[in-house]
Amino acid sequence: MELLLVILVGAFYSAGIYMMFRRSMVKLLLGLLLLGNGANILIFLIGGITKGKAPIIKPQNTEFLEVYADPVPQALILTAIVISFALTAFAIVLLKRVYTTTGSDDLDSLNIQDLDI
Amino acid sequence: MTTNFILAPVLMHLFTAILLLFFWQKVFVQKVISIVGNSIAFILCLRLFEMTLTNGYLTLQLGGWQAPFGITFMADTLSAIMVLLTALVSLAVGIYSTSSLNISRIKFGYFFIFHFLVMGLLGAFLTGDIFNLYVWFEVVIISSFILLTVGGKKMQMEGAIKYVTMNMLASVIFLTAIGILYGITGTLNIADLAGKVAQVENKGLVTVTSLLFFVGFGIKSAVFPLYFWLPSAYHTPPSAIAAIFGGLLTKMGIYAMLRVFTVVFQPDHFTLTLFSVIAILTLITGALGTINKRSIRRILSYLIVCHIGYLIAGLGLNTELAFVAVIFYLIHDVIVKSNFFMISGIILKMRETVDITRLGSLLKDYPKFSFMVALVLFSLIGIPPLSGFWPKVLLFQETFKQENYVLLAALIVASFVTLFVVIRIWSEAFWKESPKPITEEIDHFRPFSLSGKIALIAPVIGLTAVSLFIGLNANNVFKLAEKAAYEMKHPEIYINNVLSTKE
Repeated sequence: MELLLVILVGAFYSAGIYMMFRRSMVKLLLGLLLLGNGANILIFLIGGITKGKAPIIKPQNTEFLEVYADPVPQALILTAIVISFALTAFAIVLLKRVYTTTGSDDLDSLNIQDLDI
Repeated sequence: MTTNFILAPVLMHLFTAILLLFFWQKVFVQKVISIVGNSIAFILCLRLFEMTLTNGYLTLQLGGWQAPFGITFMADTLSAIMVLLTALVSLAVGIYSTSSLNISRIKFGYFFIFHFLVMGLLGAFLTGDIFNLYVWFEVVIISSFILLTVGGKKMQMEGAIKYVTMNMLASVIFLTAIGILYGITGTLNIADLAGKVAQVENKGLVTVTSLLFFVGFGIKSAVFPLYFWLPSAYHTPPSAIAAIFGGLLTKMGIYAMLRVFTVVFQPDHFTLTLFSVIAILTLITGALGTINKRSIRRILSYLIVCHIGYLIAGLGLNTELAFVAVIFYLIHDVIVKSNFFMISGIILKMRETVDITRLGSLLKDYPKFSFMVALVLFSLIGIPPLSGFWPKVLLFQETFKQENYVLLAALIVASFVTLFVVIRIWSEAFWKESPKPITEEIDHFRPFSLSGKIALIAPVIGLTAVSLFIGLNANNVFKLAEKAAYEMKHPEIYINNVLSTKE
């Protein structure tokens, strides 16, 4: 399972960075999405994958009797997903707007203002 | 000392933002609420600053969960300085934007987002938890995305694409670094991380993780290879927005670096050399970028990049005196950069352009305003009694002492280029005769009502006065910076304060 996830994380990151190097704005967005998902899976993987119980421990228990899952990575991923959801929603609207104002989804056509010094 | 008061400035801005939502279309009410909210928040920040100076460290364990488990809020001298600067700049820009922005932008919810942005900045400066820092960063960047694109001009859209992409990339890298750091230490509290990171045996992994943090923060603060989004985005939004971006947003990345590389990671020789190299390249590229630009705001954007180099250089020297210089420079830089972006907005109102070849005779038409701008320009270069001089001297001295001559050369070159560019702005925009006659239609500044003019000029006067105060009162500011630098060099005080606080 770990090995599969490691490969998956690597694939997500490399595909994401590859997509970001493309000229199309849609591919740029997809690249960012892939990178974000890669980061989430990385946190999940690195936080330790255990077949554990829910981490609810009774107050009278003084020592850990069973294997419990670490709740922190899950909380982190949940937060990160929500944030990236908002950012992605914004980015999609922005790209749509850029497409309607410039009429092109080629990133290289967006450098007009850099020529004007 | 444990106190709930740490959160007061953050909550004040949140409260103001929520209140603004109820007056979505009422522009005048929004302006009043925003100014009142900013003023109260400024007073609260001043109080927080004073409390930090008298009591030392302030901590707050949210929800009563003890330190490594809950989220900690923490104010030391560095945080207190940053919080006070944020409050000062947000108050000035808040007043300035009541008059400088047009009504349609305000109706799009400008003030609402503005307060969210400031709330995010304050939260980032006060948090003691690395993941919480990430969340505050996101609050800031999503607000800045909206501020940058409000209005929706074609030029703004082009700048925004680069800005949004680079900032989202930086966030992913930052998140990756946090994930790996959690994997190797099992904690997220900055103070707790310090001890756990020191125990990790695989030093290579720690260095790689620290560099991931450096890349993440570096993109946000526009250091060398990944700085290009800044000059292509910061000159596009209205001046009020550019003022808050230019003054504070890049400094948030610097603050995070200062925090992470003094408390969590103790940089090794390799990392320090890397900082120096990056600083040299940032200084040189930023300086070269300014030379052929004609728009004042473009020049300023490159100057921001260039001056970030000073801060990274101090980080690379890694001595207490260098940190004093960095903190002093940070104080000076935040105020001067915000001020100058506001001034560029006023010039735009006076002449319809900020292109220095088309500007002229500002000194003749507005002598008082021009003398004030001269003061700001002088402190930007670092003419002796003004605020930019003292930190630069310290930094040069420290670089010389460490025999890092290449860095010293880069610092001097950057200073000279700043001088050159500032002289160029002054002689072109203020001294020379205007290339075309100034007619009534061009000057949008004179027709402003008196209150409108005051709202434009008063913040600039205020920030100039603060610059003057810092320069003339350098002794006390130096002591303050020294205290912050001492705390940065002795992270164990920070760690003990966070981990041992009892309810």
